[in-house]
Amino acid sequence: MNHMLLVPILLPLICGALLMMTSRSPIGLVRLISTASSLLLLACALYLLTLANSAQIQVYALGNWSAPFGIVLVLDRLSALMLMVTAVLAVFVTLYALRGDDQRGGYFHALLQFQLAGINGAFLTGDLFNLFVFFEILLIASYALLLHGLGPARIRAALHYVILNLIGSGLFLIAAGLFYGVAGTLNMVDLARFVAQAQGDQVFLLEAAGALLMLVFGLKAAFLPLHFWLPRAYASATAPVAALFAIMTKVGLYAILRFSTLVFGAEAGAASGLGENLLWILALLTIALSALGAFAANSLVSLLAYLVLVSVGTLLAGIAVGSEAAIAAILYYLIHSTWVIAGLFLLADIIAKQRGELGSSFKVGPRLLNPHLLGGCFFLAAIAVAGLPPFSGFLGKVLLLQSVSDSAAWQLWSVVLVSGLIGVIGLSRAGSLLFWRHHNPTDSALPLDKTAFAIAALLLLSSPLLVVFAQPVITYTEAAAAQILDVQSYLQAMQLEDAL
Amino acid sequence: MELLVAIAIGVLTFSGVYLILRARTFSVALGLTLFSYAVNLFLFAMGRLHTGKPAVLSDAVSYTDPVPQALVLTAIVIGFAMTAFVLILALRAHTELGSDHVDGVEKPKAEPKQRKVMGKTNKLKRKRAGATR
Repeated sequence: MNHMLLVPILLPLICGALLMMTSRSPIGLVRLISTASSLLLLACALYLLTLANSAQIQVYALGNWSAPFGIVLVLDRLSALMLMVTAVLAVFVTLYALRGDDQRGGYFHALLQFQLAGINGAFLTGDLFNLFVFFEILLIASYALLLHGLGPARIRAALHYVILNLIGSGLFLIAAGLFYGVAGTLNMVDLARFVAQAQGDQVFLLEAAGALLMLVFGLKAAFLPLHFWLPRAYASATAPVAALFAIMTKVGLYAILRFSTLVFGAEAGAASGLGENLLWILALLTIALSALGAFAANSLVSLLAYLVLVSVGTLLAGIAVGSEAAIAAILYYLIHSTWVIAGLFLLADIIAKQRGELGSSFKVGPRLLNPHLLGGCFFLAAIAVAGLPPFSGFLGKVLLLQSVSDSAAWQLWSVVLVSGLIGVIGLSRAGSLLFWRHHNPTDSALPLDKTAFAIAALLLLSSPLLVVFAQPVITYTEAAAAQILDVQSYLQAMQLEDAL
Repeated sequence: MELLVAIAIGVLTFSGVYLILRARTFSVALGLTLFSYAVNLFLFAMGRLHTGKPAVLSDAVSYTDPVPQALVLTAIVIGFAMTAFVLILALRAHTELGSDHVDGVEKPKAEPKQRKVMGKTNKLKRKRAGATR
């Protein structure tokens, strides 16, 4: 057992607790602990990435209780990739928050670390109930982070967000209880083994539990009819929080991907491919309707929130296809969409600060103090997020479109391409209004914070870098997709295969 | 006994869902509490219902399934914390938005009534502001 598997959970948990205790000490110390924790987390995630890429699936049995009885942590290529995406994002979010946003309310850094502990735990755990616990940790941290800075808009958004997620938690527990009642196990790999052999009424009960779980994960991932909370929540959150939330929808998508490949995958017998057709339709509808939402948005942040939904729909389409090529493509797209949208949220905040009271709303406002720099950066980022060449969004979409064939192909091609066009029009409308139509500069505009801008620009730089290093990244995502589709390798890693 | 437990869970869920669908934050908080009670009972029942069986602590040959008990303990703790958070958030929303509607604003349909209510809350606000001054 490699004890490094515990570090991504323990490090932020301990640092978060430490930050709670030192909240009254000088801000320098708090910031130092938080930054050090995020940087260490990144180093740890990079180590785990190489570990997952070189070796077999790593299993860590907590308390040395072996697989079906104790709780296990599982590290495969997919979870290592998600950890790395989160850690990189966390470093940029922490650094950006140091530019003043962490002072708008108490305990920002502690909450950030708790949130990271929950997210990392959700990616690493191999136990269904443990997944519920980590979901609750990340959720309760996210409730408080969403409220960071307070104000009526945030409270209204948070009220919906909290109530919806509490209902989600209840449904999650019902699903977990059903799984345990039927299968007598909560270990996901053991569950996969049981589902493959289930017969008669058991299949229906397991499918009902699976459908409930998909509903809960769908609420986190925010695809079509479950997405209504997202635009308002993301648009009202403080900039670094909104950037961090770019990974939150991906936690839900990760859980859907994990369950649809492992538990209800090709080897699941009668329950195989649960809800795939429905997910496919919902994915296409999500892409189409959120592109329209992006077109109709009345502020830059709300436009970005709808672009988050477009990426959710695209990723969900890949999961619904479920082939190795499609999963490899969406994993690449997932890295791109998380970092670029987070970078855009930070950039939108920098732009909004130069527009005084108007913020990022689409009204003719004062002339920006640095129109060329910010406008140029926005232009390049918009190309990346809309999926135009030569940046990573284009590459991710091409990979996904190539991976589907026959009747699915024309559905996905038409929806993705038309919604891409609508997105481009929406983004160019935003850009021309923010940068070209203006009157004299306002007095309330803040001068450009060069460090903050550099942080946002560096995060956006990930898009060209993902294109330059596309070869190794795609090799990795292909290996990850092949691994998660090979359920037998998980049974072997947990030494459960003799029971099959 | 199974029938009784099933009916109890069903009634609790029904009342919980009904209250969650109401428009005021207080009834929603109550609904969430009832719903979480139903969920906890359901989780507990997933270990199957037995009478006269000891807990796993003893040396008896057959004992009740300890896993759902552990799960339900965790669920109760988490549910309790979340309910407390919702109540605080609802109070905060009421003071900050001047309304206990879940959307933070009154429905436009009840316009004449709404003005009265808003007037009341405004008066309250003024009173409070005066008190703090």
